[in-house]
Amino acid sequence: MKFTFSWLKEHLDTDASLTQITDKLTALGLELEGIEDPTEKFAPFKVAYVEKAEQHPDADRLRVCIVDTGSEKVQVVCGAPNARTGMKAIFAPAGAYVPGTDLLLKKGKIRGEESNGMLVSEREMGLSDEHDGIIDLPDDTAIGTPFTDIYGMNDPVIDIALTPDRADCAGVRGIARDLAAAGMGTLKPLTTPAVKGNGKSPINVHIKAKEQCPLFMGRLIKNIENKSSPTWMQNRLKAVGLRPISALVDITNYVSLDLCRPLHVYDADLLKGDITVRLSKSGEKFDALNDKSYTTDKGMTAITDESGLLGLGGIVGGVSTGCTDTTQNVFLECAYFDPYAIAKTGRALQIDSDARYRFERGVDPEFVFDATEIATQMILDICGGEASEVVQAGDVPDYETFIDFDPAYTKKLSGMDVPEDKQYEILKDLGFQLPNNNQVLCPSWRNDVHGKADLVEEVIRVIGYDSIEPVSVRSEHAVAHGGETPNITRSRLARTALAARGLSECVTWSFMSKNLAAHFGSNDNGLTITNPISSDWDQMRPSILPNLITAAATNADKGNGDTMLFEVGPVFKSAKTDGQNNIATGIRFGSQGNRHWSGAEANRINDIYDAKADAIAALEAAGAPTGNLQTAREASEYFHPGRSGVLKLGKNIIAQFGEIHPGVLDEMGIKSSVMGFEVFLDAIPQKKSKGPAKPLLQLSAFQPVNRDFAFIVDENVEVEAITRATIGAERNLISEVSVFDVYKGKGVDEGKKSIAINVMIQPVKQTLTDKEIEGICTKIIDAVSAKTGATLRG
Amino acid sequence: MSANIEDLKSELTTMVEAANDLDSLETVRVSALGKKGKITAQMKTLGKMDPEERKTKGAALNLLKDEIAALIATQEAALKKQALEQRLSTEKIDVSLPVRPKAKGKIHPISQTMEELNAIFASMGFTIAEGPDIEDDWHNFTALNFPPGHPAREMHDTFYLPDDPNEQGEAAKKLLRTHTSTVQIRAMQEQGVPIKIIVMGRTYRSDYDITHTPMFHQCEALYIDKNIHMGHLKGCVLDFTRAYFGIDDLPVQFRPSFFPFTEPSAEMDIGCSRKDGGLKIGAGDDWLEIGGCGMVHPNVIKNCGLDPDEYQGFALGFGIERMAMLKYGIPDLRTFFENDIRWLQHYGFDPLDRPNRATGS
Repeated sequence: MKFTFSWLKEHLDTDASLTQITDKLTALGLELEGIEDPTEKFAPFKVAYVEKAEQHPDADRLRVCIVDTGSEKVQVVCGAPNARTGMKAIFAPAGAYVPGTDLLLKKGKIRGEESNGMLVSEREMGLSDEHDGIIDLPDDTAIGTPFTDIYGMNDPVIDIALTPDRADCAGVRGIARDLAAAGMGTLKPLTTPAVKGNGKSPINVHIKAKEQCPLFMGRLIKNIENKSSPTWMQNRLKAVGLRPISALVDITNYVSLDLCRPLHVYDADLLKGDITVRLSKSGEKFDALNDKSYTTDKGMTAITDESGLLGLGGIVGGVSTGCTDTTQNVFLECAYFDPYAIAKTGRALQIDSDARYRFERGVDPEFVFDATEIATQMILDICGGEASEVVQAGDVPDYETFIDFDPAYTKKLSGMDVPEDKQYEILKDLGFQLPNNNQVLCPSWRNDVHGKADLVEEVIRVIGYDSIEPVSVRSEHAVAHGGETPNITRSRLARTALAARGLSECVTWSFMSKNLAAHFGSNDNGLTITNPISSDWDQMRPSILPNLITAAATNADKGNGDTMLFEVGPVFKSAKTDGQNNIATGIRFGSQGNRHWSGAEANRINDIYDAKADAIAALEAAGAPTGNLQTAREASEYFHPGRSGVLKLGKNIIAQFGEIHPGVLDEMGIKSSVMGFEVFLDAIPQKKSKGPAKPLLQLSAFQPVNRDFAFIVDENVEVEAITRATIGAERNLISEVSVFDVYKGKGVDEGKKSIAINVMIQPVKQTLTDKEIEGICTKIIDAVSAKTGATLRG
Repeated sequence: MSANIEDLKSELTTMVEAANDLDSLETVRVSALGKKGKITAQMKTLGKMDPEERKTKGAALNLLKDEIAALIATQEAALKKQALEQRLSTEKIDVSLPVRPKAKGKIHPISQTMEELNAIFASMGFTIAEGPDIEDDWHNFTALNFPPGHPAREMHDTFYLPDDPNEQGEAAKKLLRTHTSTVQIRAMQEQGVPIKIIVMGRTYRSDYDITHTPMFHQCEALYIDKNIHMGHLKGCVLDFTRAYFGIDDLPVQFRPSFFPFTEPSAEMDIGCSRKDGGLKIGAGDDWLEIGGCGMVHPNVIKNCGLDPDEYQGFALGFGIERMAMLKYGIPDLRTFFENDIRWLQHYGFDPLDRPNRATGS
């Protein structure tokens, strides 16, 4: 919302400075966006006298002028056809910035003749499209007069950001009222003329959409002359960025900005019969005044005559009945439109107009009558003519809001101590009526005030939020207790563990392309975003893996081919509240690092055992009993079927890992192999809380015994079957089993492999005899053979 | 001492001193003190002597034996030292070689900031609450006092999902939450009052330019009890921003604003100064907006099934990325989601460097 300082003073009697006003605006909640002072911007541009304008010796279309700026005489080369000796023009010296052409003037030579500035056209000043010649001022204009004085632009423009609740401040008068309440002056009374109508309006108005348009006032004004609006009005409109068009259009714009009262004018000679406000049918078309055409949906607020749809009430008018320079008879519309209906239509057709901006916030319903008179008088004053009586359809909608008011509640809610008298005074100044001390009646222009908390805000924003005394919020206990949820704890621990393993944490979008998601298990249409920013982001992610793979590939394109990335975040299996899971996901792309003098381990290609180790580390950190994990081959289809697995606790899958399916990677355009894992943090069983104490440590006093075994097994037998059988053979005494060799090849039959394990036997009660150790070894061999068909390697 | 012992001593001393490596010294030791050594041989002659002579000569031989043994020990130590020096002089390697690489992972600044915020709010007695990213119209708008069709709904450019066929009306209208305030509703309904929570998580708005990303993170705090007023809100903002930025005199300013779910509403600014295009947080001549806050609207409390005449309190919220950018000098919002490994390594945090109020980190 823009307005000028002098415009504000039309409504506010004040001695306050511009800075005092703008500071107070922000303090009131009318946040200052900017101040533009044209006198600063255009300071170098002043009236000058063209002493001489002669043909350029070397260019047909140029003239060499001697310009008297009042302080010096300078030579300027000018291309304008109207440059002539003895004229008064606007001169810009070298160093000035020319806004219309975005040019910084420099001294120079044009075709050999020195030029020290510019005589400017209206277009160069950003005023209009006029560029046939330079600005030609009356002869009696004083040399040195600032350009801004000539054009009435010596008025600072104030721009405020308006919150959606404050409809009343979408007009200069509303802003003045707030400032007056806050001690920045006095609100001047608004003079409302009563225009005596001459005869009934031949054009009548009928409302068939009472909910959407409760009240419509109209009036015919005959024999007008739609010339240019007066300079003062044009200057104000231009200052806030509106282009003057014609008196009638300018008046409607001015009243809208000044009093937050949008109007519309019809060329009465183009209207066919009466005006009817009704709900639109689907598919009605019209050409709008914003140079666009629109087709209605069913149920929009249509302004019609016998010819059909003219425009959309409160949003945009139509070309067919629009006023032009030749309009002689005008029909004025001043109506109240329902904010909800306006918002709905405006959104559906994507029309952002000044009228919509105000109506959807809610204009003053009571003001319709006065505004009709004010607008009529303005038209009569500027365009002449003769007004008919007013025609009224509908009535003022019910808006009166009474609120119980308790001055003590102000302190209870805000903590601010405002004397009761001061509270009443503030409310009165803002236009609230106080039928008694316990109740207020909201002003008709404040449809944002509904309850007692709103009244508190009114009082304290006028006093100023700076007066709120801060009070510290303290923990209930002297030492605060922790506040994490189990989910947050698990996420934090998994995140730390993975970063400690060398993976860097990413944050990627919660969505991805539908096509990509389909490769990673998505099959639920309930998770497609219906209004995505781009088709790359139209499906809620079923897995984080593709985002990480894409990130790694992008890094590889930038020369960082070996990346290890992870993310802990949500994935979605349905749109229901329980359809969101928290998953720690990671990938290893390429090798462990660069080649290194120390050996091949440094640049070893990442394999699935790295990903498996990552998964186990995250699980362990997140509190899963990893000693009980079992591996199985049930990983999702986006993993390589032979090189992937799941980690289970009983039947419960809590992680999966492996090489990403080469077919999927191919679809993604990824050439290298990628190792990945997903840890389902929500699936980790919650520890039953037994307090912080750990189980008592029992250390054996006896020396452990180590024995190695080499088994020959079928190559399809998985090592975990051997290690589990080994432990199972003597659960109480075997403390550790490690696999130290896996061999296929010479010396081992085709289709078989050799697995070598080391078993640590930890005596508990006494040192074991050779015979007892021998017995355990036999049990191990028997158990492994029984479970896996293994034979001891000879 | 008899002459032959003197001679023997002289002879052995020469031999010991002549031994120039450990092997030859051992040979000398054996030839002097070994079973067939020269001193041992002399010892063996004692038995045939008379007691007086045996006593004298025995003592002399023992003395000689000790002297030679000491001499050998000294020589041995010297030779060992010499041998070690010899070895060390050959054991020189290039200490400038680079060490074995160990990949170093980093924690994303968003996670780090969330943990910092958690630590700060936990020390004021707030606990964490969570809620789903996919919400419905009721939780995201209506329960938070956004009237249907109100322009405020347009302040949030919402992403929508297909309607839930199993639900009716506002519960069927699925969307991605535009703010974490949805969790206020869920938490109040589930936990009741008094309530003192913070919520942190992903939020979504359909906007993508230099200062907006379609997904971002919010943090918000909610404190409802019988007598919580706006002074508590201001105190909470003051304390938390001072702790977060580590600036004890950081000023905070409230400006009236509008949010449908709070009344009165305010925008919160912290002090700053701007010079030569740079921004410095702290008491200065300018203000920087960091988020919105206010007293929870009575309608919101009512919508959660509670009595707004009995309970009141505040809510405050802000963007986590913005807070991280301000504290850690990260210039561009969009880079948070580009996952460039160079950015992650530079702006990320060591996994051992976890936020801790005790250490002020």
